[in-house]
Amino acid sequence: MSMLTPGFADPVLDAQAAFRAVLDAMSRPGRLQNAGRGLTPPAPLAPAAAAVLLSLADAATPLWHDAGAEADGWLRFHAGAPVASAPQDAAFLLATGAPPAIAMLDAGIEEEPERGATLLIQVEALEEGNGLRLTGPGIEHEHRLLVRGLPEGFVAAWAANRALFPRGVDVILCAGDRLAALPRTVAIAEG
Amino acid sequence: MNAPMEGYNFAYLDEATKRMLRRTILKAVAVPGHQIPFGAREMPLPYGWGTGGIQVTAAILGPADTLKVIDQGADDTTNAISIRRFFTRVAGVATTERTEDATIIQTRHRIPEAPLREDQVLVYQVPQPEPLSKLEPRRAETKRLHALADYGLMHVRLYEDIARLGHIAKAYDYPVMVNGRYLMSPSPIPAFDNPKMHRMAALQLFGAGREKRIYAIPPYTEVRSLDFEDHPFRPIRAPQACALCGSRESYLDEVITDDRGGRVFVCSDTDYCGTRVAARKGAA
Amino acid sequence: MYVAVKGGERAISAAHAWLDETRRGDPAVPELTVAQIEQQMGLAVDRVMAEGSCHDRFLAALAIKQAKGDLIEAAFLLRAYRTTLPRFGASEPLDTGAMRLRRRISATYKDLPGGQVLGPTFDYTHRLLDFALAAEGAPPAAAPEAETPVASTPRVTELLAREGLMQREPADPGEPGDLTRQPLAFPAPRDVRLQNLARGDEGFVLALGYSTQRGYGGNHPFVGEIRVGHVAVEFTPPELGFPIDIGEIGITECQMVNQFKGSRTEPPQFTRGYGLVFGHGERRAMSMALVDRALRSAELGEDVTAPAQDQEFVLYHSDNIEASGFVEHLKLPHYVDFQSELENLRTIRAALVREAMPEAAE
Repeated sequence: MSMLTPGFADPVLDAQAAFRAVLDAMSRPGRLQNAGRGLTPPAPLAPAAAAVLLSLADAATPLWHDAGAEADGWLRFHAGAPVASAPQDAAFLLATGAPPAIAMLDAGIEEEPERGATLLIQVEALEEGNGLRLTGPGIEHEHRLLVRGLPEGFVAAWAANRALFPRGVDVILCAGDRLAALPRTVAIAEG
Repeated sequence: MNAPMEGYNFAYLDEATKRMLRRTILKAVAVPGHQIPFGAREMPLPYGWGTGGIQVTAAILGPADTLKVIDQGADDTTNAISIRRFFTRVAGVATTERTEDATIIQTRHRIPEAPLREDQVLVYQVPQPEPLSKLEPRRAETKRLHALADYGLMHVRLYEDIARLGHIAKAYDYPVMVNGRYLMSPSPIPAFDNPKMHRMAALQLFGAGREKRIYAIPPYTEVRSLDFEDHPFRPIRAPQACALCGSRESYLDEVITDDRGGRVFVCSDTDYCGTRVAARKGAA
Repeated sequence: MYVAVKGGERAISAAHAWLDETRRGDPAVPELTVAQIEQQMGLAVDRVMAEGSCHDRFLAALAIKQAKGDLIEAAFLLRAYRTTLPRFGASEPLDTGAMRLRRRISATYKDLPGGQVLGPTFDYTHRLLDFALAAEGAPPAAAPEAETPVASTPRVTELLAREGLMQREPADPGEPGDLTRQPLAFPAPRDVRLQNLARGDEGFVLALGYSTQRGYGGNHPFVGEIRVGHVAVEFTPPELGFPIDIGEIGITECQMVNQFKGSRTEPPQFTRGYGLVFGHGERRAMSMALVDRALRSAELGEDVTAPAQDQEFVLYHSDNIEASGFVEHLKLPHYVDFQSELENLRTIRAALVREAMPEAAE
């Protein structure tokens, strides 16, 4: 713990900037945003995912992750989110390896769909312009998003998640200091 | 950017409150048109005077933003001035009266006439977020109706208007369906503005402080004003031209000029009107 | 030609300057100090602390001065300030049985351990304007003090509970909810209802309590006990793990004893209506206890028929900061919606006239 790298240099303004990146990403599914540039979280935690958690997670949001002890210490110190004992109890989840099945996460209830979890998945790379075809709210015609390292079976699992609407899980894909969001409304077709 | 007020956090709210608001806003975007309860804080301005919009703006606002605040379409209405002053004091952000220069526009009762862009956010002040409130005052019940997408009450109400008056009697706060799923209050904007919400390029956020609800419409999302096949939705404006800029497209305020029936009509959107007048002067 | 009116900003500044001037009143009259308000307008300070949801006599007195004596406005100032304060956590439950009492009365027993203590009360005063007060004379002579110090004063409801006649409340209900952080959801738990009533508008809670007495959701209340005084506040810092005394606050507690029919599983027992407010506020605490009991109707298996029993009705309308904000917002400009209403009305009327007299409209 003594060697902890710092969190946001400016906790107020950096958190605001990271949040706006997530808000833009969630409002325009598949469009790339930058977040966390300058952050040096312990591996395997990447800057974008770290920035999202620092700006949104806290004592009120149980967090599940698979990023190991060092990242755990960093997240606890800088975000202070309690650890969720199981993925289905988490408000935020961070998967740096194979993510837990979306279908087993908290999707909220019909009266309170906002309780659906937010799943961060760290992938190898994100690029705009080709790859997955995204349509739905936030997208004028179609957005294309190329995801390297997308978990196996994701597109099929996503279709099942989307069918739950208004219940559902929202996903934020992170790679390095880039991120793109997939709110539960978005339809994904393979390119 | 000016230095924000001493003794207060940037944009007034503490960081834990901002995180709570930000999480709520993100879920609102993910479930378009669904009202999400949130722990609204007691703001230094009265409930009913824009505290919901102020909290949403405070949660998203950053030093790079330029803020515009309008009430009834105008930048110089007293409450708009008061809210703009508040953000100048507590966040030191740049403000503008020009729609095209703003990155965040907080509004009460209007949508600007000029189409908004992708890099802009429109924040609505909402007095009563529950579109069914006049038909069913119990929130436990309306919550259930939204879960079931059971909007029969509203259809019956609108149909009764047509049966009685030949018209739908709602002229403002005219209910809309968002993304084909949720019945939503557009806040008390004139029905004239409803079509602007449909597939708007800008993100639309709605904050109701007293009722403690936040909801959102993502960009390019379908927003349909409720109507019937034989009684299609019709936006209404006064059938006059603006006395200042001559617009026949904009929404007009009626101004009484004397006690003998004298009146003029002028644009409610003061920036739209001013820009047109200036352009005409420039051309002349 | 029509010229649009500008100058709102200047008008606001001028209005606020005028407000400051009228607050001060005639400068020939000495200015009120915050200490004077705190000492001599004590019950106003108590009301502002209760509705402002913040126990701080100095701040409440300052708010009263700033608000020109408008107590709802003062409570609003205090609430808005309170919001900016960090929250450390929830205190240990107050032990009102160990209160340092100024006043303690029971209507259910002629005498009881600890006795009846009238304390500084308006009760039994004859409401005759005292013109001597206008003379601003010397301070009144000190009130005589009881010779024997007040002995241990167990709570009346506890005496009943020991006999099995009073329904017991859960011993450790856990950390209470906080509606300043979580919005109301229904059905609302009792801790949140009590918090709402403790901050609620005194007039509203009073009227609702009164309505239960007149048969709107009536129960049959007795004042088991009212106690007014000071009580220690204890807080357990997580890093210490044991409670420490962080000071004393003035409160008023009222426990109403109400009848309950009993059921197949429970023998008949009295049930409790509870009121606890900051400062000396008997009217508020008693009304709160009546409304608390009325709001328990559903969970006690009683019919919910009256306004005071309707959780949504009571809890959504009790807050005078919310209520006055929304009522007063009607004075903000509404000309845009009004205009759309005007045009709609004109259109509908024109259509009706055309229908009635097709030729005339041609």
